[in-house]
Amino acid sequence: MAGTTTTTTAARKVKFVITRRERPDASPFTEEFEVPYRPNMNVISALMEIQRNPVKTNGEKTAPVCWESNCLEEVCGACSMVVNGKPRQACSTLIDKLEQPIRLEPMSTFPVVRDLVINRERMFKALKKVKAWIPIDGTYDLGPGPRLAESKRQWAYELSKCMTCGVCLEACPNVNDRNSFIGPAAISQVRLFNVHPTGEMNAHERLEALMEEGGIEGCGNSQNCVRSCPKGIPLTTSIAAMNRDTTKHMFKQWLGM
Amino acid sequence: MASKGNSYLPRKLHSLLGVIPLGLFIIEHAVANYTAFEGGQEGFSKSINFLNSIPLVFWVELFVIWLPILFHGVYGLYIAYQSNVNTGRFSYGRNWAFTAQRITGVITFIFVAWHFYETRVQIMLGNVTHEELGQHMNNILSDPLTVTAYVIGVIAATFHFSNGLWAFLVSWGITIGPRAQKVSSNICMVIFVIVSALFLLSIFAFRGDEFASAAASALTSLSVG
Ligand code: SF4
Ligand code: FES
Repeated sequence: MAGTTTTTTAARKVKFVITRRERPDASPFTEEFEVPYRPNMNVISALMEIQRNPVKTNGEKTAPVCWESNCLEEVCGACSMVVNGKPRQACSTLIDKLEQPIRLEPMSTFPVVRDLVINRERMFKALKKVKAWIPIDGTYDLGPGPRLAESKRQWAYELSKCMTCGVCLEACPNVNDRNSFIGPAAISQVRLFNVHPTGEMNAHERLEALMEEGGIEGCGNSQNCVRSCPKGIPLTTSIAAMNRDTTKHMFKQWLGM
Repeated sequence: MASKGNSYLPRKLHSLLGVIPLGLFIIEHAVANYTAFEGGQEGFSKSINFLNSIPLVFWVELFVIWLPILFHGVYGLYIAYQSNVNTGRFSYGRNWAFTAQRITGVITFIFVAWHFYETRVQIMLGNVTHEELGQHMNNILSDPLTVTAYVIGVIAATFHFSNGLWAFLVSWGITIGPRAQKVSSNICMVIFVIVSALFLLSIFAFRGDEFASAAASALTSLSVG
């Protein structure tokens, strides 16, 4: 790299305003940081910079900012946070594309553990509640299952990209502590496992889970989820399809079918 | 988690009642009022007489209008309470409609309670007869503030109905894909415009001279009698 470029880039700083919290029950506060700019930086690499040198803009030393990340390629969902007002993955959020100062906040729909670290347990509980798996365990080999039609596989594959990142729950106005709505992600997983030829054998169990308190009924059709999902999952189509299937199931139950 | 028990059925019922019977009632009400614009005093009296000729009219009103409104309204307030407003962060059209649905729901609830008291309750108390309803509306709507409140009230109610019809089609699993939901949204907005127009025209008709002179003559006959 030419000397001039190095000096100009070294002089550039990236400004951050980060919402922090010391403990789950502590009240939040903000701290400002300036991080030396590097080309192609993303939010995680900037946070790593702060971790290396935890000094605020005003020169005071502080505790390093905590965050969670894993895959660094937008497939694990661990690094979700609110960047400039929008929930998204910090690892795939490029600094070059953001307005400064960059405001980082935890996704406060979830319990905040510390700083930007949140607890997404409610999502995993939701997946357990709706039995988002294919039950094949048994005492003997059941042999190969039926095949999934290619036409269905294509859209089912899209649904399988969900990484339980929580962005859709953060965007949803009906996921809050006054509402027991299960959230879009788990509903879409019911659709995924119910289209699977083996999963279909237990379709009714998943539908019944959605028809319990804290199931699908809390959806208010704001459709923020489908606009926010980083994986482009057609969440509102999944929700409407599960509305149809639970409605049908309700009539079947009434008629004793 | 807000409540125990299962809210699946109440939510479904809430959605259904908003369309059948309440949505049908809104359309019926708009058309009946519109006769005041189209046929004046005479046309309006005709539609009132027709409605009163429905057998067991009191029970029909009770089970098809009042009780469904009571459930839909009270449960709807609870649904509104359960929702956050996040249009600041997510200013998408559908999210605005989501928030508007809750705001217009609350406005409609208040408006309907007030309007019910001013009209139906007054008839039950014997302060107004069915024949005098047109003049009575003229009296009520002679105040510009009341007219403003009525215009806001009917627009809120028709928006709540039209957008609620869209949401009903999703919640019952009738419109599933984005295209179906787009088409139904367009249809619902056309319904919104038409039904609002019917109500607004009837408001202006009730303010007109025909109902005013009738009101005046009713007033004189009242004072003479
Ligand atoms: S559906 Fe999309 S936004 Fe929601 S958890 Fe899965 S990947 Fe994240
Ligand atoms: S670290 Fe896995 S999605 Fe960002």
